[in-house]
Amino acid sequence: MKVMLTRRIIPCLDIKEGRVVKGVNFLGLRDAGDPVELAARYDAQGADELVFLDITASSDKRSLIFELASRVAEQVFIPFTVGGGITCVDDVRRMVATGADKVSINSAALKNPDLIREASERFGSQCIVVAIDPKKTGNTKSGWEVHSHGGRTPTGIDALEWAEKVAKLGAGEILLTSMDADGMKTGYDLPLTRAVSELVPIPVIASGGAGTPQHLVDAVTEGRADAVLLASMLHYGEYTVGQLKDYLAENGVAVRKL
Amino acid sequence: MIALIDYGVGNLRSVEKAFESLGHAIKVTSDPAEIAAADKVILPGVGAFGAAEKTLRARGLEQVALDAAHSGKPFLGICVGMQLLFDTSEEMGEHPGLGLIPGRVQRFPDSPGIKIPQIGWNALSFPKASPLMAGLEPGAMVYFVHSFYCAPEDPSVVAAQTEFTLTYCSAVSVGNIFGVQFHPEKSGKVGLQILDNFARL
Repeated sequence: MKVMLTRRIIPCLDIKEGRVVKGVNFLGLRDAGDPVELAARYDAQGADELVFLDITASSDKRSLIFELASRVAEQVFIPFTVGGGITCVDDVRRMVATGADKVSINSAALKNPDLIREASERFGSQCIVVAIDPKKTGNTKSGWEVHSHGGRTPTGIDALEWAEKVAKLGAGEILLTSMDADGMKTGYDLPLTRAVSELVPIPVIASGGAGTPQHLVDAVTEGRADAVLLASMLHYGEYTVGQLKDYLAENGVAVRKL
Repeated sequence: MIALIDYGVGNLRSVEKAFESLGHAIKVTSDPAEIAAADKVILPGVGAFGAAEKTLRARGLEQVALDAAHSGKPFLGICVGMQLLFDTSEEMGEHPGLGLIPGRVQRFPDSPGIKIPQIGWNALSFPKASPLMAGLEPGAMVYFVHSFYCAPEDPSVVAAQTEFTLTYCSAVSVGNIFGVQFHPEKSGKVGLQILDNFARL
């Protein structure tokens, strides 16, 4: 039996004050349900991993995400990543202690790239996902400029250079969200995904823009992504993970079937 | 009672939760007496082999683990815990393991278009019957995260194989000693079946 590593389908749950929300181009949030309920549903449908991104604005409500991670860990036996508001090695430690398998770091890594090295040395690269949110602005060498703080702040940093750097610092994976494509449902940003995926020696998770099953196929074939992240296609019951996997399999992409 | 050896590395909570969800008693412990008294022992592990082995030794738990493995009670190594069953690892220099299974731990060879570490779901095939894998169909998928793999000297110890740049040993079974390179606690129903099989040995 010759089966190689399968491509992963990863539902993403944006969490605001303990609820799942979904926006368009990082704005205009809409309620999409209870996180633990959705997590269990996606697990049952055959999701390969889960990502929870805390977009809670106020730090006093931030502790809700730790409680959430702990509840998820009790019910869901597939890997899950938690991101949003991770600022130091101790946040990583605390998140891992609640049962998260990986943490996703974004703005804090841009502010202090050494955090990636420190966290990966202490917890292993497999635990550290660096989230990169590029937007095509033309202000950097490749044209893709990294934005921080949930896409609100342009950094002047080139997305490809940053991707290469985070891989060198010990990131285990890159979660690449195209700000231009996010929520548009017109497909992943294939040139961006492919450019990053071919550049770095670590897995790249394509994110932002999934609207049809074919978009997922394109992300792994043309985009060379190792995994695809998606939200709205699933959250409103348009598709199940199982349906998407059937489509990928029919199109020659190896996936894990239940 | 199952003892899950706590030597300060990795996420023990998910392994603990998985057994609890199956209704099996498990205790996360670094107490040598508790480990010695347990019916079954699990050696977990993540991160680098050398660091894991050093920490195990520094906490005085290397001999405790060896004694448990030699006592004849079911003993399971998970991920780096499986790698520690072997003689040596080449991860960041040469490091000695527990030497319970003859063989080496080596890095996946570089291969065009293949990203290392292997992160994700891959299939198992079973070259021999093992009580650990009871009830699983060939092709059952489990979750892996690793850059190094175990290369046993004696092929008869191999309980499961997986394809990633090469065909490698993803689980071992020798008498009372078992090891899995993947994370059964993160491998959905298939993983829970394996943990349940272990708990029922």
